[in-house]
Amino acid sequence: MDRLVVVGNGMAGARTVEEILARSDRFAITMFGAEPYGNYNRILLSNVLSGAEDEADIFLNSLPWYAENGIDLRAGVQVTRIDRFARTVRADDGSVTPYDKLVIATGSRPYVPPIDGMHHPRRGFHQGVFAFRTLDDTRAMIRYAHDHDRAVVIGGGLLGLEAARGLQQYGVEVTLVHSPTHLMNAQLDEQGGAILRRCVQKLGIAVEVNARTAAILGRDAVTGVRLADGRTLPCDMVVVAAGIRPNVDLAEVSGLPVERGLVVDDQMRVLDEPDIYAVGECVQHRGQTYGLVAPLWEQARVLADHVSGANPKAAYHGSRTATKLKVAGVDVAAMGVTAPERDDDEFVVFAEPRRGVYKSVVIRDGRLVGATLLGDVSKVAFLLQAFDRGWPLPEERVRLLFDLGAPPAQESAAELDDAAQVCNCNGVSKGDLVATVHGGLKTVSGVMDATRAGKGCGSCKSLIAQIVEWAADGAVEEDESASWYVPGVPLKKPELMAAIRAGGLRSVSAVFDALAGGAEDAKSKMGLVSLLRMMWGDEYVDERGARFINDRVHANIQKDGTFSVVPQMKGGCTTPDQLRRIADVADKYQVPLVKLTGGQRIDLLGIRKEDLPKVWADLDMPSGYAYGKSFRTVKTCVGSDFCRYGVGDSTALGIAIESRFQGLEAPAKLKLAVTGCPRNCAEAYVKDLGVVAIDGGKWEVYVGGAAGAHVRKGDLLATVDSPADVMALTGRFLQYYRENANWLERTYAFVPRIGLDRLRAALEEDADGLDARMAAAVAAYRDPWKEGAEPATPGQFRTALPLRVLPLVPVREGS
Amino acid sequence: MTTYRLGPVDELPVGEGRAYAVGDEMVAVFRLRTGELRAVSAVCPHAGGPLADGLIDAKVVICPLHQHVFALETGHCQTTPHLALRTYPVREESGQMIMNVSPVSGSDSTTTS
Ligand SMILES: Cc1cc2nc3c(=O)[nH]c(=O)nc-3n(C[C@H](O)[C@H](O)[C@H](O)COP(=O)(O)OP(=O)(O)OC[C@H]3O[C@@H](n4cnc5c(N)ncnc54)[C@H](O)[C@@H]3O)c2cc1C
Ligand code: SF4
Ligand code: FES
Repeated sequence: MDRLVVVGNGMAGARTVEEILARSDRFAITMFGAEPYGNYNRILLSNVLSGAEDEADIFLNSLPWYAENGIDLRAGVQVTRIDRFARTVRADDGSVTPYDKLVIATGSRPYVPPIDGMHHPRRGFHQGVFAFRTLDDTRAMIRYAHDHDRAVVIGGGLLGLEAARGLQQYGVEVTLVHSPTHLMNAQLDEQGGAILRRCVQKLGIAVEVNARTAAILGRDAVTGVRLADGRTLPCDMVVVAAGIRPNVDLAEVSGLPVERGLVVDDQMRVLDEPDIYAVGECVQHRGQTYGLVAPLWEQARVLADHVSGANPKAAYHGSRTATKLKVAGVDVAAMGVTAPERDDDEFVVFAEPRRGVYKSVVIRDGRLVGATLLGDVSKVAFLLQAFDRGWPLPEERVRLLFDLGAPPAQESAAELDDAAQVCNCNGVSKGDLVATVHGGLKTVSGVMDATRAGKGCGSCKSLIAQIVEWAADGAVEEDESASWYVPGVPLKKPELMAAIRAGGLRSVSAVFDALAGGAEDAKSKMGLVSLLRMMWGDEYVDERGARFINDRVHANIQKDGTFSVVPQMKGGCTTPDQLRRIADVADKYQVPLVKLTGGQRIDLLGIRKEDLPKVWADLDMPSGYAYGKSFRTVKTCVGSDFCRYGVGDSTALGIAIESRFQGLEAPAKLKLAVTGCPRNCAEAYVKDLGVVAIDGGKWEVYVGGAAGAHVRKGDLLATVDSPADVMALTGRFLQYYRENANWLERTYAFVPRIGLDRLRAALEEDADGLDARMAAAVAAYRDPWKEGAEPATPGQFRTALPLRVLPLVPVREGS
Repeated sequence: MTTYRLGPVDELPVGEGRAYAVGDEMVAVFRLRTGELRAVSAVCPHAGGPLADGLIDAKVVICPLHQHVFALETGHCQTTPHLALRTYPVREESGQMIMNVSPVSGSDSTTTS
């Protein structure tokens, strides 16, 4: 076997190895990666920063993958020198590894402009200064952002915008400082840049263009930046995203030909080095370097064709870079030139700044040589094709920017060339998608999983759906499992409920036995518990192991394995006596944090599991259910009793609602509010169910509101005449929701899905039935904290971590 | 190899897990519906979650903190391939849970992050 050594385990290095493995098994492969991880999708670091994705989800090849393919992965090891004559690479762990063929894929590094105070004499970057390139950079930024308030991001290109947007998620105020005259100047013209700037400012990010950063201020940690015009911007965090440079240090010290990047020929071989290849952002090919992933997929294929001998004539001719991205939530597509360059270039522009839409095309000699789309990228598929293949263009140029009646979506999927890249993030072409569909996968989500298409920035999802539809020739299958109530039982909620009722299935295991062939599914258990409890009330057969830990111990698990305890405090009203008891408990159990919650209650955080029963006993208050998929609280304002604007007694009604419906399990958590007038101090418009007192003794009932990650104003379900009517309507709505919503479907999704008209009709039609079933559920209420006195299972409150159980003594010594 | 008696099997409810300090190791032991026992490291390699508090079925345990899924038999993580749990042989002998542990942690607990 030939020895193949790859330096750089990034996106290009790993993809190249995948391509080589697909063609040949004649290599014994060793991969060096300076980062101490397997291979991950760097593009998705933006999502990790913004919290949209867990870092665990961005890994591309698992460690077992390397092992299965016989690859010797040296993660966390940096190659320091290549000896071209001895054909070895030397690494910082002292190893010397011989090769027959070598691939260099060292990527780029952040460009750090010369700015005073950027570096600390001993520590590298000044405290509070970050680059944005690696997983470690991202983690460090997240950690820092948690307890800092103002950030300056230097650089208004793709990376800077993503960093700014991401940091906002931590409550950091962000100012973007960009030295050119408009944002994303590499991709957009002045007008497009100005529109993007408006969009970004609307998101709450301050933008300074034409502003050069001269110095970073602060002795021990960053306190601000000074601009070249003398102004200072106070901040406690700086992110440098001013561009990238090919990472060619290794090539340089090893005497390889370096200009801007490592110079390669059309076979991706380093100039005059028959056995050394290079690929990715570190290379310079025909004078060009690249900073996006799309070109690197092509390079990897050519390299693999050549080094494996599969196609010795394979050649890379350079990529025409077209960008299709989602930047800070805004769709951007750009290709070719951004503005007319010659006198007779045609330039067609459409701008609608208010909506954040901008489109322009540049046409030369009847061919598309440039296009920019912002905000609305519906025409990107056609434009990419026209740009790539020099297609003839429609006479009415406006058709390049808009679909005027025709061509419909199908046609544009059909038009697309097989080789056309649909997902730039993961390098998936239309041909790959079509082949997967023809291979038998006929669901959009299935095809996306199998090809990884659409798993990057997500800007290509609608195009993928169109292509799958077209390739399946109308036979697209709905992803059936998506409509099941839980993944482990192949039934939708109504059918599942019917089957449960017909079979008299009263426990989770009975459901698995009868409806899933006896196969338990851990992921389905919580949803089934909730459903069975709702359906059977008192008759439900409890299996503790089927409950999520929160419901086993009636408290909310925290990141360190301790729990939070929130006693019930109806309507946010408490007494000196309760407060005294809470204070005593906090002292006695050394509660690390006592905090007021958004639901007008008091949260005791950091309680050890084994202390829970004692804490409940000492509190002697009922559970506030702050841990379950259940009815949580009713937030109230002071209302007519004290407030001079109040027109209804919101506090009393809130307490009445909570007293009746406390602890009720539901498909997802339920937060309610009652407010004494439309000034809305209790935020009733954005609750799952919100009640607003209005003039004339009337009450408005809103449903489907939300003010979490998703914000939605509730829909007015009805205006009623009395608190008693509010109670009745609330009961009906909650019961209808319990019976009809999918598992984990919050009311903000449920209400629009059903539609107000249907909802009103259903509540009216089955009013008596809903009332009766709700009454039964209410009657089955028991305060779960009473369980503290008599644990439901052995070791119910035994610690699981942090572990303080007594160590066990060995019973016998043996072999 | 040292042998430990963890306690009566009845103290471990069916379908649940409990944590034990066994020698230098922290181990989560689960009792499946079939009555079989499974034992894996008690600390989630993702961010230290308490796995004994996780939901299980015949094959996997789900960490209660961020819902990573681990195979009880092999320790492999199904959601994040580079994480893995250590697994331990555990058995029932006349109503007692018995476990053998080698004194030093083996190399089969593989994590990179
Ligand atoms: C936050 C962010 C968002 C992005 N978003 C997009 C996007 O939306 N669309 C897009 O097209 N592109 C995007 N990019 C760019 C894209 O990630 C890069 O084009 C791509 O990662 C380049 O791949 P590469 O393998 O050449 O370099 P890299 O992925 O950087 O890999 C190089 C690897 O080599 C290692 N290495 C370097 N020197 C050595 C050595 N001497 N020894 C051992 N190992 C070494 C490095 O540690 C690194 O892991 C984004 C980049 C970032 C940082
Ligand atoms: S919502 Fe109206 S009644 Fe209630 S506190 Fe505010 S102003 Fe007063
Ligand atoms: S700690 Fe276990 S999944 Fe995060």
